[in-house]
Amino acid sequence: MEILLVLGFPLLGAALLAVVGAQRYAAEVNVAVSLATLLAAAALVVRIIHGGPMTVAREQFFIDPFNVFLVALTALVGFTTAVFSRPYMRIEAGHGRLSPGRLRLYHSMYQLFMAAMFVALTTNNMGFLWVSMEAATLSTVLLVSLYRTRASIEAAWKYFILCGVGIALALFGTILLYVAAEGLLGGSDMDALLWTHLDAVKGQLEPRVMGLAFVFLLVGYGTKVGLAPLHNWLPDAHAEGPTPVSAVLSGLLLNVALYAVMRCKILADGALHSALPGHMLMGFGLLSTLLASFYLWRQRDIKRLFAYSSIEHMGIITFAFGMGGPVANFAGLLHMTVHSLTKSAIFFTAGHAAQSAGTQRMDGIRGLLALHPSVGWGLMLGSLAILGMPPFGVFASEYLILTTAMRDHPWATPILLIALAVAFAAIFSRVQPMVFGDTDARPLPHSPALVPVFVHLAIVLMLGVYIPPALAEWYRLAARLMAG
Amino acid sequence: MATMNLATQLLQMLAGALLLISFAMLAERRSRRLVTLLVWQGVVLVASTALVAATAHQSHLYYSAALTLLLKVGLLPWILLRLMRKLGIERDNEPLVNVPTLMLVGLVLVIFAFGLAQPVSALATTIIRRTLGIALAVVLLAFLMILARRKAFTQVIGFLALENGLFFAATSTTYGMPLVVELGIALDLLVGVFIFGIFFFQISEQFDSLDLQHLESLKED
Repeated sequence: MEILLVLGFPLLGAALLAVVGAQRYAAEVNVAVSLATLLAAAALVVRIIHGGPMTVAREQFFIDPFNVFLVALTALVGFTTAVFSRPYMRIEAGHGRLSPGRLRLYHSMYQLFMAAMFVALTTNNMGFLWVSMEAATLSTVLLVSLYRTRASIEAAWKYFILCGVGIALALFGTILLYVAAEGLLGGSDMDALLWTHLDAVKGQLEPRVMGLAFVFLLVGYGTKVGLAPLHNWLPDAHAEGPTPVSAVLSGLLLNVALYAVMRCKILADGALHSALPGHMLMGFGLLSTLLASFYLWRQRDIKRLFAYSSIEHMGIITFAFGMGGPVANFAGLLHMTVHSLTKSAIFFTAGHAAQSAGTQRMDGIRGLLALHPSVGWGLMLGSLAILGMPPFGVFASEYLILTTAMRDHPWATPILLIALAVAFAAIFSRVQPMVFGDTDARPLPHSPALVPVFVHLAIVLMLGVYIPPALAEWYRLAARLMAG
Repeated sequence: MATMNLATQLLQMLAGALLLISFAMLAERRSRRLVTLLVWQGVVLVASTALVAATAHQSHLYYSAALTLLLKVGLLPWILLRLMRKLGIERDNEPLVNVPTLMLVGLVLVIFAFGLAQPVSALATTIIRRTLGIALAVVLLAFLMILARRKAFTQVIGFLALENGLFFAATSTTYGMPLVVELGIALDLLVGVFIFGIFFFQISEQFDSLDLQHLESLKED
């Protein structure tokens, strides 16, 4: 029942906003729909905590502690981003960058994007997982080119072609998965690609076919995670789209894509009886982390800077999941949570910083603390949090990942440490002059909604010093599920 | 048994035709003819799907063949041709450098695809699976086409050819994906092409051309 609400609210919202999305009250409708979704997601969480994993609608949907955790996170960030976007998009419209028609497109597609992600998270059918991942791409492509500038159209085209090709590989992987399972799963057509059924027989899946399938699935969905060397679309799409879109792409879509990879990895682990899938994840993860941290130095644009930081962190999470085991999986899940919250908070403040300075170039942004103390503090604290300063939650998860790496894979530790140090120096040296110093820019016409920023950072801070036992238990359950 | 053999041979012939069309697309410079080739690929797909449906008695594959006919032979080419007319690029030629090299790379890709599909084909509980290598080759050739072309319109044709290869893989190796999934994929494809259409207008409005060489400002600086 709750699952229907979680999927239904955003879908209805998308339809409603397709009609009234250009009205004065559209932003409020957007917030209300997102709040309703969040409440439904909370109800779903309560249901799963008490009742355990369940399947709904003739097993087409499947909810367990692993995905319900991501549903809750997605609904939360979806809601706070809607709150943030209300004044932000009003300021953008005031600058003349958006016509009412485009505002309608924005609101409607925002909800459609949320719906696609919820379907991807909760579906039990590997085919539908693919369809909804593709739908998530399609609904955001036109959002990336919302401003219709040359750069934004180029970014959207790149996003479309690269992710389209990537996801086509994932479809080939899905077909191979079907080949590997063929004969094992009798029954009707509808049941053939159900994850729960595949999971039950994963030990008998034909290993050679499954190995090939996993390579295609990893590269395909990995493109959407932003794993190097297929990360090219990510910085462009994040930098050129409107800031709320950057926040949900970075904070949510990357997680959902990684979730798809993990579902496939659980099956591949069971079929292959070897550490190969884990090693592949570790390789891709380390490469992404290292490459992204060096690219950070070359960035001039504030949103590109933090987009590369997202690649770096997705690399760390992928590496953690690649190591596997209860501690690394726990740390990976924690890192997913704190990265999502921190990165969206940073994008919120970066968006307003760019608005007040009139440019996204970092050498044009100065003196945020003097102009808008809350924006300045938000950016500073957010950056410190994402760089892994204690006592924020990112420190806790990175510490766990590093210590596990030292124990199990000592060779990887220096690489990770170098990447983290390089990223620290790069981001800190850029953020510091933006926050301090003098400015002659004028304050923003609408006061920014920065409550979400501080709510996110407060949660991240709390997770750094104290993880509530219920939440810890939940992470543990999910980590155990991921170990297969 | 004799009919089974005939059907298998026919299917392999169709697979070969698909591969040939892919090579033809790689070397074709006229946009208009590329659409024609894409339609031919669609026709081959419809024929092979119907053939598999008839020999394997998989009735749901008939629906899937009908869907393919409607979408890939009817609707998509119609949308593409209309777009070409509206954008005035019907007679566009695209200069292609180094066709021989492109062909050689294509050949290497085909060999690579067959090598990659070998473990799956070796299992071959159904004879049909032998065509997986060809399907993978079609996918890789479409990749090559997307990489080698500089115009937005031809990249999209490459993208659709890529999808054709995937569809062929699905029908010929596993008697097709479950029908609901296929419907979902078809829907995504259709929406995708609509968005491509919107893009063409946005690109040609902003850049006065569909040549992607103009789209190279977003580089790392």
